[in-house]
Amino acid sequence: MSDCHSMSVPTQPVTLRVRERMPLLVLAGQPNVGKSTLFNFLTGLNQHVGNWPGKTVERREGNFSFNGNEYGIVDLPGTYSLTANSPEEVITREFILRARPDLVIAVVNAANLERSLYLVAELISLSAPLAVILNMMDVAKGEGIHIEPEVLEAALGVPVIPMTATHASRMQNFYQAVQDILEGRRVSTPRLPEIRADHGAILEEILHHIQGYVPTPYPENWVALKLLEGDTEITRTMQSNLPAEKWEAVYTLLRQHDDALLAIASGRYEWIGRMVRAAVVHPRLGQISLTKQLDRWAVHPFWGLVILAGILGLVFWLTFTVGTPVQGWLDAQIVGGLTGVANQLLAAAPFWIRSLIVDGVIGGVGSVVTFLPIMIIFFGVFGLLEDMGYMARAAFVMDNFMHMMGLHGKSFLPLFLGFGCNVPSILGTRVIDSKPARFLTILIAPLVPCTARMAVVAFLAPVFFGSKALLVSWGLILLSMVALVLSGALLNKLIFKGQRSAFIMEMPLYHVPNSRTIGLLIWQRSLSFLKKAGTTILAMAMVIWALSMLPNGDLNQSYLVQFGKWVEPIGRWMGLDWRLTVALITSFPAKENAVATLGVLFGSSPDAALAQTLASTFSTASALSFLVVTMLFIPCMATVAVIRQETNSWGWTLLNIALLLVISIAAGAGVYHLALAIGL
Amino acid sequence: MDHTNAISLTDLSVDNHGTILAFNIGTVEATRLVSLGFTPGAEVSMTQNYGRGPLIVTVRGASVALGRGEAAKIFIERSAK
Repeated sequence: MSDCHSMSVPTQPVTLRVRERMPLLVLAGQPNVGKSTLFNFLTGLNQHVGNWPGKTVERREGNFSFNGNEYGIVDLPGTYSLTANSPEEVITREFILRARPDLVIAVVNAANLERSLYLVAELISLSAPLAVILNMMDVAKGEGIHIEPEVLEAALGVPVIPMTATHASRMQNFYQAVQDILEGRRVSTPRLPEIRADHGAILEEILHHIQGYVPTPYPENWVALKLLEGDTEITRTMQSNLPAEKWEAVYTLLRQHDDALLAIASGRYEWIGRMVRAAVVHPRLGQISLTKQLDRWAVHPFWGLVILAGILGLVFWLTFTVGTPVQGWLDAQIVGGLTGVANQLLAAAPFWIRSLIVDGVIGGVGSVVTFLPIMIIFFGVFGLLEDMGYMARAAFVMDNFMHMMGLHGKSFLPLFLGFGCNVPSILGTRVIDSKPARFLTILIAPLVPCTARMAVVAFLAPVFFGSKALLVSWGLILLSMVALVLSGALLNKLIFKGQRSAFIMEMPLYHVPNSRTIGLLIWQRSLSFLKKAGTTILAMAMVIWALSMLPNGDLNQSYLVQFGKWVEPIGRWMGLDWRLTVALITSFPAKENAVATLGVLFGSSPDAALAQTLASTFSTASALSFLVVTMLFIPCMATVAVIRQETNSWGWTLLNIALLLVISIAAGAGVYHLALAIGL
Repeated sequence: MDHTNAISLTDLSVDNHGTILAFNIGTVEATRLVSLGFTPGAEVSMTQNYGRGPLIVTVRGASVALGRGEAAKIFIERSAK
């Protein structure tokens, strides 16, 4: 199965935020060509990040001005080609064909000219005004490659602008070139690639059949090529547009020439070969590049894992020495401070209003927001590793392990992010290019214990287990990992029928990370999370608050506690009484609430007194079970909100919650009865 | 396959070169492969191949990681060394 079946050609009008009558530029390019760095240089904070309509593909647009002229610019998603294999590819070609930009700027990597011109070979056939940016000239030089931009321009027949994206001082060249092109001072006479000679006749024949039946805005030639390439979207479109007998003829031709894709691709590479032979003066030297040297270690089956473990260790260290203390400080100062202020200001207000603000809004949303510092660390590290090219290496060395769950290496780092917080983890799954693999990763991601859950364990494990607390904590983490691998493997068999997407991944050259790119990534992700905290998370916090207050403001008689008592029979399977059950339910707004709830239910603050009460109230078996269930319980509401956003489906989100509920109850009941059996 | 000396890409050892003959793989994977530079006639060289796990090959001047399963479906002719 492929993603194509869930994909439709977006027919809704393009919703551009850039003002009308402003020239519209679009950036297109393969991944790892420095396209986003260029976009960030051009627009700075003057950009808007959203999603393409109906897709979870980031849509970035903005504007910039030069010489008093303002330009709108859209950063199209990175794609290797324009065949409908992924939403990114469909978005790119549909946008170029439908929005009719004034200039399509194809960014190519000078250090990898042959490969990155492949997309140009496709773009040039779309008959939109095109210019090529020869990016990363410095990296190319370092690799011993010298390219003459003027010669490349003459060979391609479209303007070529050399650039080093990381140097703002050289942007003048770019602005001038864009202005010259838009004002007609640099003209194009593009040379188009041709299909390999042995397939020329068949292309003509197809073209003859479809003439007059191709819907706008598709060029007829291009449609004929896409049909031969086996493009699912175009094939479907033409099947419904052609009269039956014409379609029958076309279909027969396509069936007889199912190897045409290779003829077309070969034609494109022949065209590329001519360009490269003309423009590259000194071919690659025999030197061993920096990337090769680093990769001797980074992708080594043993040392690669050691390096990855070292990097991950560093991230944990950063989280615990910086992230957790800052989170605690924010919790005490901001949430604590606001609570104090609100209590004073609202002293005269009715009790329920004060409680709504203090417990519902500040307590609920506030404590979620305090996790932002930890998220920032994980967003930052993820962005840094991605930008410098290491991410592909981490995916490579983890590929074998991830096979156990029918996933491949690309799912590893998003899952790892979950140790900080499950929110960046779910967002990080965007790097996974196949939809089934991405959904499977999202489903199991909440099983990774986040810092909030570890905080609950850090408080309760010493209470119940004294000197064995550390051992129990490690055991809980191990159990979570086992649950993750088992449920991954099982879900892959049950829901995804054991299919595994192909592992075909570019290994980009390493390069110096760009602080602006990473800074903007952290900024946008944080902003998006804060927006979510103010909307979805706020709404969920209100509901939980209302359930804990109604009908008469006493938690002990509230609907929440009534519900806890009602589901107590299920809790009993796991050795939990109604108080522990209610504590679990209130961990939904934020995991660390579990401790605070126990404090309220036992009528004392979460300190030494509570610890003593808890230790004397619950058996070791119940305590162990409670910790196990806490680790594996349903995702917190912030995570649920991003799962909904990223899957774009309540069905998947509810399935995810149900899955975690079943796993946690089963594991809790299992551990409880096992503990009883061995006499704990 | 009519090439008598066709071998699977997984059988190419490190630092050896070969020429791609064909691949026996689904359209979606084939499209991804050609967009990354794999076409019949293109030269590949093996960068990493430990006999198990994914491997890394160089094609058209760029490094590409392939799962062993995918690499097994790409047929090449070993170049004379």
